[in-house]
Amino acid sequence: MSPTPAQFQALFNPRGVVVVGASSHPGKFGFVALHNILASGFAGHVFGTNLEGEEVLGIRTVPSIDDLPRGEIDLAFVCTPAGANISILRACHRAGITAAFLTSAGYGEAGEAGVTAQNELVALAADLGILLAGPNGQGVVSTPVGLCAQIVAPYPPKGSIGVASQSGNFVSSFMNYAVHSGVGMSRAVSAGNAAAVTVADYLSFYATDEATSVGLAYVEGIADGRGFFDSLRTAAATKPLVVVKGGATESGAKAAASHTGSLAANDKIFDGACRQAGVTRAATVEEAYEAAATFATQPLPKGPNTIILTTAGGWGVVTSDALSQTGLNLMPLPKDLEAQIDSKLPPRWSRSNPVDCAGGEVRDTIPELLHLIASHPDVDSVIYLGLGIQANQALLMKQGSYYPDHGLERIVAYHERQDARFAQAAAQASAATGKPILVATELSVTSPDNAGPAAVRQSGKLCYASGNRAVTALSHLYSRAVWLAHRAG
Amino acid sequence: MMGSSPVRFVNVPTLSERDSKELLAAYGVPFAPEHLATTPQGAAQAANEVGFPVAIKLCGDNIAHKTERGLVKLNIGDASSAHAAAEVLLAAAVPDDLATGVLVAPMLRGSRELIAGLIDDEVFGRCVMIGIGGVLAEALGDVVFRMVPVTEIDAGEMLDDLKTQKLLGEFRGEPQIDRTAVVKALVALSAVALERPDVVSVDINPMIIVNGSPIAVDALVEVAA
Repeated sequence: MSPTPAQFQALFNPRGVVVVGASSHPGKFGFVALHNILASGFAGHVFGTNLEGEEVLGIRTVPSIDDLPRGEIDLAFVCTPAGANISILRACHRAGITAAFLTSAGYGEAGEAGVTAQNELVALAADLGILLAGPNGQGVVSTPVGLCAQIVAPYPPKGSIGVASQSGNFVSSFMNYAVHSGVGMSRAVSAGNAAAVTVADYLSFYATDEATSVGLAYVEGIADGRGFFDSLRTAAATKPLVVVKGGATESGAKAAASHTGSLAANDKIFDGACRQAGVTRAATVEEAYEAAATFATQPLPKGPNTIILTTAGGWGVVTSDALSQTGLNLMPLPKDLEAQIDSKLPPRWSRSNPVDCAGGEVRDTIPELLHLIASHPDVDSVIYLGLGIQANQALLMKQGSYYPDHGLERIVAYHERQDARFAQAAAQASAATGKPILVATELSVTSPDNAGPAAVRQSGKLCYASGNRAVTALSHLYSRAVWLAHRAG
Repeated sequence: MMGSSPVRFVNVPTLSERDSKELLAAYGVPFAPEHLATTPQGAAQAANEVGFPVAIKLCGDNIAHKTERGLVKLNIGDASSAHAAAEVLLAAAVPDDLATGVLVAPMLRGSRELIAGLIDDEVFGRCVMIGIGGVLAEALGDVVFRMVPVTEIDAGEMLDDLKTQKLLGEFRGEPQIDRTAVVKALVALSAVALERPDVVSVDINPMIIVNGSPIAVDALVEVAA
């Protein structure tokens, strides 16, 4: 049975949190969890229990939950060994706590005895009306209330991606990408053994959650594919959901005396089920994050027509190749748009899509072209390549021994200002036209402080590490747009 | 889980080709007209009615893998060849086949083949499949699945999701595939799954594209024991 909305509120918007098993040893989970909750600036009350009642990080702990004020705490973050947890759940109930996150191992992942203990725990939590997250999970993050109740790093920036993962380490991976790109998260939870609350349950909650615009999940070993997709189908009708799957599902046709049966690789069925349910399936963890970050920060394209704007030839060629492998269309350059662009560039420009400036751009060319192209009624999306070249040269000048003389100080400042402007122009043109404009340069990875990528981050968008990765992300948005359009009638 | 045997015929009887086709045709899967004949004379007469060239196959309640056993004779051009082919096929039947006669059908011409079917997957339940058929089917592995129930929208997207899109358009002088007809066949398979819980799998192979129209040529339905 899925948790109630009130129980999810207790998990993600708790009035107060107690770390059960808070430790004074900085290497222990009970210390790390308390540290992360306090250091990330959780807005509510923070308590700790510890058998000796030690002071930990300035928190006066108490030996038992029963010693804490009733009605101030909604979430228990449990770092105790499995054996203690039954009595802890009962104490939680007495204290009015309605959500418990269990980090403890030794349950479903630990043989027959563990499975029995886990079933007992699940049954008790259900009896007591407590949402049981985990066990064997790494924690829960909720940026609207500054909650970082987890035994791992990092704490991601605020944003609207909601993460649920069967692997706690992939929660960390997604959050690391969020820290790097600046496209942040609303909630993140490591489902652990998902004994009572499954990844599908969390995603269903995110579909109703105002702080979340897109769900992002890592799943493996789905035993009930039908139930999983029944949940996701409802959620995906409301919000985009991005899923990356690890491993082969336990699967096989019941009768395989047919060609159909022998062609039924379970991964292909999973793929079809995703398409049917409107779920975006990503091939890799980074692709999944980038798809989610794109859903969170770009409007859906209205159609497949895409223009690539590039300051140099090769990037445009390779990105065109990638685009031709997707459902997106490298549209012929409309004649009226060609004439408009022609008035802004010297004659050597490409006169086709990709729009290759061939180095002919001057001070205002890129912002003007971005607005012109995005404003054309036939264009649905724009991919802009070549941001940051000027600021990259500025960096070399700053690092050299001639700086700041010989006019270098002035030109460096100009280059950096220009690349920041280009990034801002991309965001403004997107906002003005309601069309996605994706900016790609490897400098977002190789030189993240470059004024170009830095300004993309500042605008709240993802700066893609290559044209190919922008194409992949955009094609995921387009597929969803098509899925929605097919069902809009 | 299943046993270690790679091929699993475990307690799953197959309907005869004729019964399989009858069941599927009732739900709207398109088949070519064909006749059941119990004697060589009857086969020759049926071939005259259907029009040459014809295909003649042994028909029985328990025959699978007809091609491998040589129980399908193709491109038969006249009545005496039809008579002879039926004689050979009826003689080749073994008691286990539970043969009821031979099926006489027109030879269908088309350079494209699809494969369609229904499976009951342990994790995802009943799923409808469409794929590129023909001798390269398994090597290409260009197949798409959807869980039952499959709507017309789902079925249209199944066609969109095939990788070999060029085969669906105009091809070697033949018109583009009648998408609506394929969609109808896939929705029909979904309806079979919904209304016949005893049907474990359906295999329509090949579904030949004749002048753009999909025509199921062979079908095998497995039912729960």
